[in-house]
Amino acid sequence: MSDELKTPLLDELEKGAWPSFVTDLKSMAGKSNMVKDLLRQLEKSYRDKRGYWKHGGLVGVMGYGGGVIGRYSALPDEFPGVSHFHTLRINQTSGWFYTSKALNELMDIWDEHGSGLLNMHGSTGDLVFLGTVSDELEPTFRAVTEKGWDLGGSGSDLRTPSCCVGPARCENACFDTMALTYNITHKYQDELHRPMFNYKYKIKMSGCPNDCTAAIARSDMGVIGIWKDDIRVNQAEFANYVDSGFNVQEFVVEKCPTKCISVEGKEIKIDNSNCVKCMHCINTMPKALAVGKDRGVAITLGAKAPIVEGALFGSVMVPFMKMEPPFEEFHDLLGRIWEFWDEYGKNRERIGEFIVRIGLATFIEGIGLDPIPQMVKQPRDNPYIFFEEYYKEEEEK
Amino acid sequence: MSFELNGKVYETDDDGYLVNLDDWNEEVAGYIAQQEGVDMTEAHWEVVNFLRDYYQEYKIAPMIKILIKEMKKMFGPEKGSNAYLYQLYPAGPALQACKIAGLPKPTGCV
Ligand code: HEM
Ligand code: HEM
Ligand code: SF4
Ligand code: SF4
Repeated sequence: MSDELKTPLLDELEKGAWPSFVTDLKSMAGKSNMVKDLLRQLEKSYRDKRGYWKHGGLVGVMGYGGGVIGRYSALPDEFPGVSHFHTLRINQTSGWFYTSKALNELMDIWDEHGSGLLNMHGSTGDLVFLGTVSDELEPTFRAVTEKGWDLGGSGSDLRTPSCCVGPARCENACFDTMALTYNITHKYQDELHRPMFNYKYKIKMSGCPNDCTAAIARSDMGVIGIWKDDIRVNQAEFANYVDSGFNVQEFVVEKCPTKCISVEGKEIKIDNSNCVKCMHCINTMPKALAVGKDRGVAITLGAKAPIVEGALFGSVMVPFMKMEPPFEEFHDLLGRIWEFWDEYGKNRERIGEFIVRIGLATFIEGIGLDPIPQMVKQPRDNPYIFFEEYYKEEEEK
Repeated sequence: MSFELNGKVYETDDDGYLVNLDDWNEEVAGYIAQQEGVDMTEAHWEVVNFLRDYYQEYKIAPMIKILIKEMKKMFGPEKGSNAYLYQLYPAGPALQACKIAGLPKPTGCV
């Protein structure tokens, strides 16, 4: 095989306006045969219109059942550099804060033991090491743990908990997302590293309903900050927005999904009992409006991607829970959910599919929650739960 | 692939799992365990024997959660945990214990 790297099809991907992973890979191809063969195999895939990866393969490190995703090339003779190309998930920091020293250490480890390719941060939240051979898995694991890192989850286990930056940088945060993430990562080490669930279980923490981790769509359990009292208003700042020529009527009042905002002169009034906490007004006028003071979280269950069964959004299970260390109420709820799912769920059945199969009423009874109207009212256009009795009660009021 | 033990040749797949389930006996199990670096104690045999019994009855390896539950029932709570199983079989109960028990390779995705 010639050493020259010809990738006419991949080169096309470098022509657009956006940064290209092809450019990144090429910049590393000079020092890594793995990356060179990765590009070659990908070029061939593009030419032949088919993938050349074999799926699966059981690889891991001693003591853990998760954290490594095994990948093998289907053409190892043609592309020896990627004959093994396993992914390691490294548990990311809460809020994604790293020192440059830590990053340099990680990169040195990965240059020594793997392809040198990183993915920060993927949909799982993890810091992803892309591509190494089976024999390098234990040495990589040893090297990262020596520096205080650990692997994340994969397979049918608790996936690496992940959160938004929360109170570290964001005034919207209604709870300490990073503290909860740290807490559950440590408390559930066994569940994280040693798969024993029916299928994966993802927990994502967002500090407010802006939901920067997309918990409502991408996590089996979304923990989303929320407030119970009123949106805080600074009327003087509101008046400044009006004076500055900002079209409050068009961009705020009319965009409120429940039409619960009214403006009289330079004064804003919010009917908080009808606010669904969509964050729009607060995002639009951050100087005048802010999240309330009586804060906690709403907990959603059941979101997942379209694989196996169709896609699901999370549904509200707990409309409000205080969320402060030591988080015992949360641990307690999580324990009951896992126990019930474990007992009655099927192999490879996500919690959302499980709830659809047995029905929400059976599920909430099983985990010991009382049915309340918020379970169906938020999100109000929830596509798949219709809880007749409680709708009626609401309407009669 | 294959290995030879006491003059008999045993066929395995690429990862060292027995191809013919009937080839299994305690000697063969001992040999595979040795290759895996697992020192078979009575506690190890409890798991392997359970896996074989289960497989004979249901023609499928148990899910981990079932293995844990049944271990708990049969041998008490301290043996019915994932941490305990990984202590015995550090590469994981599915991978290592099934291999030693002569069961087919568990299939799994990501
Ligand atoms: C028949 C072939 C395949 C099937 C049925 C399959 C199935 C799946 C499923 C069900 C998931 C979980 C998605 C979720 O989060 O709900 C997944 C994730 C994943 N697959 Fe595959 N897959 C296949 C081929 C491949 C191949 C060839 C590769 C790579 C060479 C691959 C790489 C991955 C990776 C890296 C993830 C994790 C993504 C993430 O967690 O963000 N898969 N796959
Ligand atoms: C045109 C090429 C590619 C496209 C369009 C693509 C697209 C994507 C997308 C959309 C995701 C989900 C990202 C997120 O939501 O966080 C993803 C994840 C991922 N991709 Fe790619 N990808 C490409 C090439 C590759 C290559 C070449 C590799 C490996 C060598 C790769 C490995 C992965 C892995 C491991 C993940 C999951 C990371 C995690 O665990 O979160 N991708 N890719
Ligand atoms: S989810 Fe809310 S609290 Fe978290 S970073 Fe986004 S806006 Fe801020
Ligand atoms: S948060 Fe959303 S629903 Fe609530 S008042 Fe503002 S725009 Fe309206």
